Amino acid sequence: MPIGDLAPEIAVLLTAVLTLLAAMALPQRRHGLCAGLALAGLALAAALAVGQFDTSRLTFSGTFALDRATAWARLLILGATALSAGLAPRWFADDRRHGEFYAMLLFSALGALAMAGAADLMQLVMGVLLSSVTGYVLAAYHRDWPVSVEAGMKYFLVGALANALLVIGVVLILGMAGSTDYRTLAGAVPGEPLAVAGGALVLLGLLFKLGAVPAHTWVPDVAEGAPVPAAAFLTVVPKIAGAVALARFAGLVPGETMPLQGLVAIVAAATMTLGNLAALWQDDLRRLLGWSSVSQSGYALMAVAVLGSAPGAAAALIAFVGVYGAANLAAFGVVAHLRGRTARADYAGLFRTHPFVAGALTLAFLSLVGIPPLAGFLGKFALFLAALEGGLAWLAVVAVANTVLSLVYYLRVVAPMAFGTPAGRPATLGVSTAAATALATALLLALPLLSGSLAPLLPDGLLP
Amino acid sequence: MLSLAVLLPIAVSLVLAVVPRPAETTARFAAVATAAVSLALLLGVWAGFESGPGFAAVTEVPWIPSLGVAWRVGVDGLSLALLLMSALVFLGAIAWPMEGGSRTGGGEDNEGPNARGYYAWMLFLMGVSLGLFAALDLIVFYLFFDLSLVGMYFLIGRWGHGESQRAALKFFLYTLAGSLLILIGIIALALAMPELTFDMRALIAEPPLAGAGTLPALVLLAFVVGFGIKTPVFPLHSWLPPAHVDAPGPASAILAGVLLKMGTYGLVRIPLQMMPETFARWALAIAVVGVLSILWGAIVAFAQDNLKRRIAYTSVNHMGYAVLGIAAAGSALGSETARELALTGAIVEMVAHGFITGALFLIAGAFWQRTQDYELAHYGGLAGEAPRLTVAATLAAFASLGLPGLAGFVAELHVFLGAFAVWPWLAAVGLLGILITAALFLRLLRQVFFGARPARLAGFADLGAAEAAVLAGLLALVVLIGLWPAWLLSLVDAAGLLARPAG
Repeated sequence: MPIGDLAPEIAVLLTAVLTLLAAMALPQRRHGLCAGLALAGLALAAALAVGQFDTSRLTFSGTFALDRATAWARLLILGATALSAGLAPRWFADDRRHGEFYAMLLFSALGALAMAGAADLMQLVMGVLLSSVTGYVLAAYHRDWPVSVEAGMKYFLVGALANALLVIGVVLILGMAGSTDYRTLAGAVPGEPLAVAGGALVLLGLLFKLGAVPAHTWVPDVAEGAPVPAAAFLTVVPKIAGAVALARFAGLVPGETMPLQGLVAIVAAATMTLGNLAALWQDDLRRLLGWSSVSQSGYALMAVAVLGSAPGAAAALIAFVGVYGAANLAAFGVVAHLRGRTARADYAGLFRTHPFVAGALTLAFLSLVGIPPLAGFLGKFALFLAALEGGLAWLAVVAVANTVLSLVYYLRVVAPMAFGTPAGRPATLGVSTAAATALATALLLALPLLSGSLAPLLPDGLLP
Repeated sequence: MLSLAVLLPIAVSLVLAVVPRPAETTARFAAVATAAVSLALLLGVWAGFESGPGFAAVTEVPWIPSLGVAWRVGVDGLSLALLLMSALVFLGAIAWPMEGGSRTGGGEDNEGPNARGYYAWMLFLMGVSLGLFAALDLIVFYLFFDLSLVGMYFLIGRWGHGESQRAALKFFLYTLAGSLLILIGIIALALAMPELTFDMRALIAEPPLAGAGTLPALVLLAFVVGFGIKTPVFPLHSWLPPAHVDAPGPASAILAGVLLKMGTYGLVRIPLQMMPETFARWALAIAVVGVLSILWGAIVAFAQDNLKRRIAYTSVNHMGYAVLGIAAAGSALGSETARELALTGAIVEMVAHGFITGALFLIAGAFWQRTQDYELAHYGGLAGEAPRLTVAATLAAFASLGLPGLAGFVAELHVFLGAFAVWPWLAAVGLLGILITAALFLRLLRQVFFGARPARLAGFADLGAAEAAVLAGLLALVVLIGLWPAWLLSLVDAAGLLARPAG
């Protein structure tokens, strides 16, 4: 019975509906219960996903791939959603629509899940659209705050364009190749100009989800303006799903007819360089995290560029987006825990007033740089290994230069925290943000120790 | 035992970091005791060490088997000599009285010098440095290489003076760039093995990338630039003077005494031992870089009016000798004896420079603690006020300029004996460096300790008991190596490092 194959997705869907109903029924001050409901649903979905971990086949008439990449993407998406939800209860405590936030979060996660498993272009479009439409709402959730509304608007404008182009691309490929099924398309996307244009448009649509050049412009605005729990979610979850979806799509296009992977390599170099250069002089921590998240997409694209030529590429992609997600969630968790405090100067002397919070942010940053033995190092190590093995040494060198560059802006935050004098004792948000941040930070420290047993579980390829 | 010597300081540093507000004396005592225990453990390793091919005291614990990465530690003569030297310099630097009043930015309203953090970072750095020299896995090596940057960044930025944050940032950026190049090189080496592995022993036994071509040359370049930044060699040294000048004295002693050795150690361990053919092809270029560093370091040091900056540039000069020795050893020219002499010299230089420059920087720290001033012109005639400081500084300076009977001489003699047999003209040019160094140290001594004493230096305190004890310990070893170097020379076993392991 194939319906069981989508049990995790169905669990998320039902939880979302239940959460929405609960939010309607409960008085506003009890909306925190919705968070518990959402977390329970996510845990159930994760358990169901673990149960399907070792499956490797297509299901639902070939529209959905059940393989290790999907399994990992499911676990990462569910985990990241849970951590983002953990940041929300106190943040939205006074918000009239507090409970609905979790429902929206779950719907968005559902879109990401659909995207990550998509083995059919129509299914891909459905996942991308669901993930995007809910994303706009999440970004503009603070309706009274112009910055948040502006972030949602920019996200929507860029997204509407990118999604429209994605649909056109799918139509072009369908017209030229006669199918949207990945099994039929694999290696058979024709080299005619229209099909090539279609491929490029699909790529563009997915780059939007990844927050990569040239569809990256929404990321810093969303990171700055969206409610911090939503910003944490939007800079991580669509990216995980987009990376897996792009990897699957890139595997379809034969290199002879269309140099998609060469294009991805160039996009990777441009994305990491632009993201890092733009982050250099940010004095707003959330915006800085947004740009840093753009640059991290660039690193992730390295793995897509060598998919097929380096055996470890799929594993490197999953490992990298996973550890990126943990570090980024830890960083946004700190911002949320400090009640959204975002000016760089406000972080001065944080090591003296809140040593553990400052420590968590420092560890998150060092992990994003890739300093061993933090989890981020393993991600970058796997990426460099795959890039060199796949013969893209130049891209690895560009990534090295970018890593050094990125250290500058991370240290621009760490240095005042460690060496500066505090102006006062910043207020914090409460237990749930602290717990979510601590959990994400603990992952950064624990994953390297577990890497010996986790590494063999990573996917060694993707189903078309 | 070796793993314990590495992990114990790191563990204690973490405990120190989380214990709520320990008293300064407690933190200090814990740090000194831990460093001493770690040193004792290493002496234990030494006691059980027999010179011979391969590595001793090896421990291997799987980490990421699918990538061929594991916690592998072990020692040979080279790493044991550097481990012992590092542990001793660390013990001295930790036992050195902490610089209390000189915090970032001067007149800030601070709650004391935060002894707990200081000693925690020092211990952390100690464990990391020992781990680097003990590592037998390239990824573990890289891990400790990077962590040493983090530790030193916080030590300089937090407890330095002047433009310390800027200096710390510059240090971190330069050396991170170098370390990432090393990572790329490491991955390229490991990928060239028949089976992916980061085990140093396997890579030394069957050096990959042996053929000619661009790839081995580029990998070698990555290593030479990466380690060259850390060493540092001309023209990659420009991070070093600010880092030294603005760091607290003990941190400078660690930076010069231990961290710089990571560059030359890496140069021996990885390019020289793991890609000998390619190294031999480019040995002359590396030697030229070494000689340039010798001359540049000496000449620029001569021109400095700042005490610490002057000592800092002599480090560039001295590490130049080590690089010259390593290059001569790795060249396929000259006799085998000459190459072994050169490598022995390079390694003794690393050990000797650790003690000598460690002592010199601690002395510079003593000056800062007393006057907050490094300008040489502001000093004079201190011999009468501070006889113990004068003796220590004179001894260290003479050792640094290579006076026979002291450790520096043994090292430089070996380096130049070896280098003359390989590239006589280059060695001759390098000898000029010794002359300039001699001149600059003699001028320094004359200026600071002799002549007329400025009135404001009246009552300049001599070395305290702790300071004197630390310096006496370091300088005693300088004299010991100078007078009776046989034990160190036999420990080093350059022939074993250069030999191609059979089978």
